Amino acid sequence: MGFDTRSNIQNLLNNSSGIQLHNDSSKSQIPFWASLIRDSDINAGFNEIQGDEDFSRLEKLMILSIKDALKNSDVEVTSPKTLILLSSAKGNIDLLEKTSGKPKENRVYLPGLGRVIQDFFKNPNTPLIISNGCISGVLSLITAFRLMQAGVYDNIIVTGGDIISEFTVSGFQSFKALSDGPCKPFDKNRNGLNLGEGVATIILTANKGSAGKHKIQITGGATSNDANHISGPSRTGDGLFISVNKTIKEGKENHIENIDFISAHGTATVYNDEMESLAFTTAKLEDKPINSLKGYFGHTLGAAGLIESVVSLQSLRDNVLFASKGFETIGVTGNLNVIEKTEKREMEVCLKTASGFGGCNAAILFKKNG
Amino acid sequence: MAVMRPFYLKRMDKSFITGYNIIRNNYVISPNQEKVRSEEDVDFPEFIKALYQRYKIDYPKFYKMDNLCKLAFISSEILLKETGLKQKYSDEAIGIVLCNSSASIDSDCKHVESFVDKANYYPSPSIFVYTLPNIAIGEICIRNSIKGENALFVFEKFEVEFSVNYLKNLLDTGKAEACIGGWIEYSEEGFESFLFSVERKDKLEPNQAIVPFSTEEIRKLYLKN
Repeated sequence: MGFDTRSNIQNLLNNSSGIQLHNDSSKSQIPFWASLIRDSDINAGFNEIQGDEDFSRLEKLMILSIKDALKNSDVEVTSPKTLILLSSAKGNIDLLEKTSGKPKENRVYLPGLGRVIQDFFKNPNTPLIISNGCISGVLSLITAFRLMQAGVYDNIIVTGGDIISEFTVSGFQSFKALSDGPCKPFDKNRNGLNLGEGVATIILTANKGSAGKHKIQITGGATSNDANHISGPSRTGDGLFISVNKTIKEGKENHIENIDFISAHGTATVYNDEMESLAFTTAKLEDKPINSLKGYFGHTLGAAGLIESVVSLQSLRDNVLFASKGFETIGVTGNLNVIEKTEKREMEVCLKTASGFGGCNAAILFKKNG
Repeated sequence: MAVMRPFYLKRMDKSFITGYNIIRNNYVISPNQEKVRSEEDVDFPEFIKALYQRYKIDYPKFYKMDNLCKLAFISSEILLKETGLKQKYSDEAIGIVLCNSSASIDSDCKHVESFVDKANYYPSPSIFVYTLPNIAIGEICIRNSIKGENALFVFEKFEVEFSVNYLKNLLDTGKAEACIGGWIEYSEEGFESFLFSVERKDKLEPNQAIVPFSTEEIRKLYLKN
């Protein structure tokens, strides 16, 4: 989909998707649909940076993403008042496969990955790392928001990333959770998810002058657990509803009426999308325009919340509602207003949600011109 | 609830430690009892199963859990039994915020072993689902119907100050009325669990023996052995 925000957004506007059929025996015994990044593209982007050190695939992607985000900001990455917050479900898991499941390298562990990123950017603070399954990305933004509110840092660089290797593909195949074609979030013919790999970075700053023209703020965020089953979402949507409800109640300026659109999780598994539709109905949000971006990027795990938030921020900036790719006919109980065509519309407030294994849910609100 | 050092209620203290336990090196420490030590040289599966029996827990799902979840689960059972936290608060008022170093490395390795040898290829959802450290939080939530804030942070070692500040923020801003915090770690190198409960002052009973919730107090408890 692209190596910077602009090319990703251009691909979204062109209705292009990164999802393709892959026939790669190093990742799967059978062909599978996914949105993957070519090694040659990563290395081309990384060539000018590469020093003496050997970086893993995920490290290269995270470094490229952070460098690109810094380029467009005046945030000083070497300042003690700047924190790097990393979000990843599986980190450098491909390195564990190369040693047949015997952890040999320190960077197989997330703190080791954190140190590589910290050293590269010469940031004085140990990176904060969140590994909370598929809500990691949204939870990272919520955590960064809380740390900023507490005045601990001036700037927080929030980066989420996961790569796709046989580890994840074989696992989701064993769950029979992968779709046999491009995924169709909220559609009646949806039959599973597509995996995706990607990295995204959002920088939070306390300095209004650094925040760009639209000064988008986070005005609330909450997490919850639906306490139902470790691999099956709630049948009622009560857990996601709790986090959405708490998020809206957090700020006095937050009102249901002001929410212009929802960037949902929408993995396109039967149970997840049904659960989300019930939660949004309980929250009286079923009329709001809603999309899932999984049809473009696939499910990028610990990066998903960040990639989809970057797109949502861009939606607010450019006043563009992106179509929920793969959707044709509503196939969930709640009568959601799924966005069928990408269109221009004046917007100020976006609700972003995520849900994941372990019953976790997260929601966050973005407001323009705060 | 038995002895935790009495203290003077300072006006600025808003939240308090109301329980804790430590499980490591084949022993358990909690305020309600003497240190419980098992036989030397017992391996983890046997040790944790012995605790399951000792505390008379009846929850067959325990046997399906991976080692990290078994450890966190037993620790949470002891904590919740000793504090009665669940009886005092609504489902969504209790948060769980845990830290860990090796994420889910034990289950990660088992999952890799299930697919590296193509002649013996057996990836299974019952292993794969445990390749996320936050599943341990999920297991505690499912057992107790806890629906509040969740977070799992990964640090080289237990960052007491960060944990305390994060939890204080949840309690002070009303995002939670009570929280379970702590450290759960399982890898080939060893295991350790330290869970504690913290509650807001306005939710405590008048004569409850408690200690102020601070970095210093949590560090003191964590260093007990």
